[in-house]
Parts: sequence; C-alpha cells; structure tokens
Amino acid sequence: MLDKYTYTEKKATRDGFGAAMTELGRENEKVVALCADLIGSLKIQKFIEENPQRFFQVGIAEANMMGIAAGLATTGMIPFTSTFANFSTGRVYDQIRQSIAYSHKNVKICASHAGLTLGEDGATHQILEDVGMMKMLPGMTVINPADYNQTKAATKAIADFKGPVYLRFGRPGWPVFMPEGEFEIGKAILMNEGSDITLIATGHMLWYAVEAARKLEAEGMSVELINIHTIKPLDEEAILKSVKKTGKCVVAEEHQRNGGLGESVAGLLARNHPSPMAFVAVNDSFGESGKPSELLDKYGLSINDIIAACKNLR
Amino acid sequence: MSIDIENLKRTASQVRRDIIRQVAAVNSGHPGGSLGCADLFTALYFHIMDHDPSFNMKGDNEDMFFLSNGHISPVWYSVLARSGYFPIQELATFRKINSRLQGHPATHEGLPGIRVASGSLGQGISVAIGAALTKRLNKDDKHIFVLTGDGELQEGQIWESLMFAAHHKVDNLIAIVDYNGQQIDGPNEEVISLGNLHDKWSSFGWDVLEMDGHDFEDIINTITKAKENKGTGKPVVILMKTDMGKGVDFMEGTHKWHGKAPNAEQTESALSQLEETLGDY
Repeated sequence: MLDKYTYTEKKATRDGFGAAMTELGRENEKVVALCADLIGSLKIQKFIEENPQRFFQVGIAEANMMGIAAGLATTGMIPFTSTFANFSTGRVYDQIRQSIAYSHKNVKICASHAGLTLGEDGATHQILEDVGMMKMLPGMTVINPADYNQTKAATKAIADFKGPVYLRFGRPGWPVFMPEGEFEIGKAILMNEGSDITLIATGHMLWYAVEAARKLEAEGMSVELINIHTIKPLDEEAILKSVKKTGKCVVAEEHQRNGGLGESVAGLLARNHPSPMAFVAVNDSFGESGKPSELLDKYGLSINDIIAACKNLR
Repeated sequence: MSIDIENLKRTASQVRRDIIRQVAAVNSGHPGGSLGCADLFTALYFHIMDHDPSFNMKGDNEDMFFLSNGHISPVWYSVLARSGYFPIQELATFRKINSRLQGHPATHEGLPGIRVASGSLGQGISVAIGAALTKRLNKDDKHIFVLTGDGELQEGQIWESLMFAAHHKVDNLIAIVDYNGQQIDGPNEEVISLGNLHDKWSSFGWDVLEMDGHDFEDIINTITKAKENKGTGKPVVILMKTDMGKGVDFMEGTHKWHGKAPNAEQTESALSQLEETLGDY
C-alpha cells in the first residue's frame, strides 16, 4: 500500500488553501474572506481579484478580524479568516473563545506558517502550541492536513461543514503525495496495513512517517500507518481498532508534545486500551531560525527520529 | 411615528424593577450600569428598532442590537422578555443553574434575542461591524446598533475596530457609548483617563453625536439623526451621558453598585422608588 504514496512535485500546503479559496469564491456566494495584512503569504490573491466585495482587509488587527468574522457568521455568511497560525490562535484566544467557540459561530480560522517549518523567521512566529489551544475549546474542529492536495480538499470540505473550524497548514514546499479531492472531516485514512506497530501522523510529519514506514518495512517491521488530518473530533474507532491489533503506537506531529495529537491519542488509549506509546514531537521547547529540514532534525522530528521511536518502543 | 414618552417612561420603570429583582434574587449581577441604560434599552426595543421578537438569528431585514458590555445583562433580559422574545417569568431564573439567562449574555443555551456571547470586553463593535458588512452585501437597509461601556474603551480591540469601520465606510452601524464615567475600580479618570472621547472617535474617522441617556426625546432624536449617516460613508458614534444606578437614589453616580446586589432592606427601598407599571414577574 505504501508504494502509491510517492511524489513528483513539491507544493506548499498554503497554496492548496489558496487554490481552494479560488474555487470556493466561484462556487459559494456565502464564502467571504478576511486577511490581516498577509494576502501574499496566504495565497488568496485570486479570490480577492474575482470577489472584491467578499474580501475584507483588516490590517494588522487580528482580534478585530475574529470579531468581524463572528458577526459575518451570525448573519449567515461563511467567513474564512486568514493569517499566520501564531496570530490566528494565541494572539486572539479570548476573541475566538467568546465570540466564536462559545457562541458557536460558523467561522473558519485558516492558519498558515504553523510549526517549525516556517523556518528562518524563528520562534516568535513558529507556533507549536496552537493545536493544544484550539482543541481545548468546546465544539472546535481542528484539522491539520498533510499536503497540498489534502489542504485543498479540507478547505473545500469545511465550507460545507457547519461550525467553527481551525485549519492549520504551513509555509514550505512539501511533497504532494495524497490523492486529490477526497476529504471526510473526522475520518482517519489508513495508508498502510500492518501488525507490529501503529504509526500515526498529522500535517507535514505524515510524509516523514511514510518514508519512515517504508524503511521499517524494508527491515521487516510491519507498520500500520494512519493519516490523522482531523485532530478533533478524533477518529477514535480507527485508532483503537489499529492499536488493539498492533499493541503499541507512535504519534508524529509538528507541535509541542503537551497539548498535541499524541496527547489526545494517549488519552484515548488510557481510557480504553492502555498501550505503550512514543511521541515524536517538540518536547517543551521553543524553536529557532534555520531551514525547515535542519529544524526538524534538531528538534527531534526527523525521519530517523520516527524510525528510532518505532524500534525502541517495547 | 408620534412618540409616547409617558408610556416609555412607564416601561422603563418596570424594566428598572426587573433589574433590581433579578439581581437581588441571586445576590449577584450588575445593577449600576443596567439601571443607567434602562432608558436607552426601552427606547430601542419599544420605539426605535424595527425588530421581530419571533427571533431569527440572521436578522435579515430587521435592525439588530449587539451588547458589548455584557455585564449589564439584566436590563437586556428585561426588555427582551417584555417585548416578547421569551416568557417574562423566565427572568426569575437569572443566574440560576440550568437557566438560559446566564450571568453574561450567551447564545449557548439558545436564549432568543441574543446573537453572540459578551462579557469579556472590547469585542462587540467588531462583531457588529461583521453584521453590518453582511447587511451591506445583502443590500439590506436596516441598521446595526452596538452598545459599549466607557471603561471598556480601554481595550485595544476597540480601536482596531474603529479604524476598520472608518476605512471600510461602515455607515449602517451606530455605536453608543454608555458614558457614565465609572468602572469597577472607580471613576474612569482615576483608573485610566479616557481623555477627550469626542476628539478620539472623531480623529478615528467617525462622526460623533452626544445625547442625554435619560431623556427619551433626546435619545430618539439623536438616534434618528445617527441613522442619516447611512450613505455618507462614515460610521457614527453617540456618546450617551448616563448616571450609573439611575432611578435608585442610593445607587446613583457611584461605581460602588457596578457589580453588587442590594440586600433585602436596600431592595425594598429601591423598589419603593420604582413604580410597578406592567406587573412584576
């Protein structure tokens, strides 16, 4: 099964977001976009060009952007807010909590440049706590797609879904390996069947998990690989079914270990099927400037780190 | 429409009784600002706004009101109940377990008339702008009203929202400031000076009006004037002078009743000053 996950080109997940916004602009007149002075970074130029009336530049004022989005949603529009993940979450947590989550507004919080792979801008912008913050909010759906195709499909899917969503994606060019067009919110994708260990990954780390699984399989370990694009609500059934078969589990994510997907999986297993686990995640640390691949290596998120975690788990 | 001022005054008296009785029953809540805004809420819901108590969240083709300073929920609950959004008797559940009348307004329990939660300050103008933008997109010519406190203007998000509204020419929005000069820790001027509010809003690109929040004729005339801003490309704010605690002598003009409920004796005294005009719940 792993053979089908290969790539011929690299594209950024944020480009997948932009491409989907262009299509949504043409297909759904209720979709409106807001941006806090990062149009170029979020790749929404085409949407703006084609739908100038349905785009609102808010300037460097993210709190106001979240409130305006809540008001647009109240009155029946489907607002997509767009800025970096750092400014989409921590900076505006109270606005999201009160005006969007508690008020159950149909706002799509679309967040680029998440995680270490933002690269050279450094730790001020490399948010690694956003999933934790957002998954704690009651009623918030949290999605972290793996590549261009999955980000594009997820962006389209959340427009048709009623309720607040946090959509997390990133900056760098990244292998495009998932099929086009398919996306079911909350439904895990089984990418490889195996019997020795369950390997779960989300976001950019999924490609590394594919590469790690290939090497492990070549060495004789049977790896069940699961793509968890929706961190909340978690596809508990798929994870439990797999871990009941394999007996152990490794989770890889570009996020703090505290508050991440791994923590959600650990909670699920603790409640239902306690099993040995390992976490490939940032361990209580801020990032720094550097190239994405250098940063992933330095902070323990390399392909070899995933391989080692799988081999060392007893 | 002719203005029946006497009738509005009688309604406001009952609204003030409702405020005192809600707060006293649970020994918690915010009577001061609620009493101070009772005349405005009465004017909005019983004379000015074109609104439908059968309540549609989206508010198409009706005027919409947003409350940014959510702690004055008792006055809002009273006018919503008295204008038919939900049973008047439900005011007896204010701040109690399993109630739709939360301490601060919320949509979570589905209370008709409330469109967004508020309480954490500074967010309401932003939300109101969003609703105003939808009305503009939909070519809906009704107005959006939003009330904020004065102390609340210390929040940074307020000034973000003012810049946006001016830049994007949101002229179907009427902001009203409850300018009573008080906040929890004391007078604004002692806590953090607001400076010249008129000039501040004006320099942010808003037209600024002023009114007496206890004079129905002034309230109605000023808001009528504010509505005329639609088409000018400028948002408009009304600085509304009020007395915190208005209508109950021992609560007037002090921050001390911002968030404190009267005891049994004080409640009796307060109610004796407010005529029961529409029947207590």
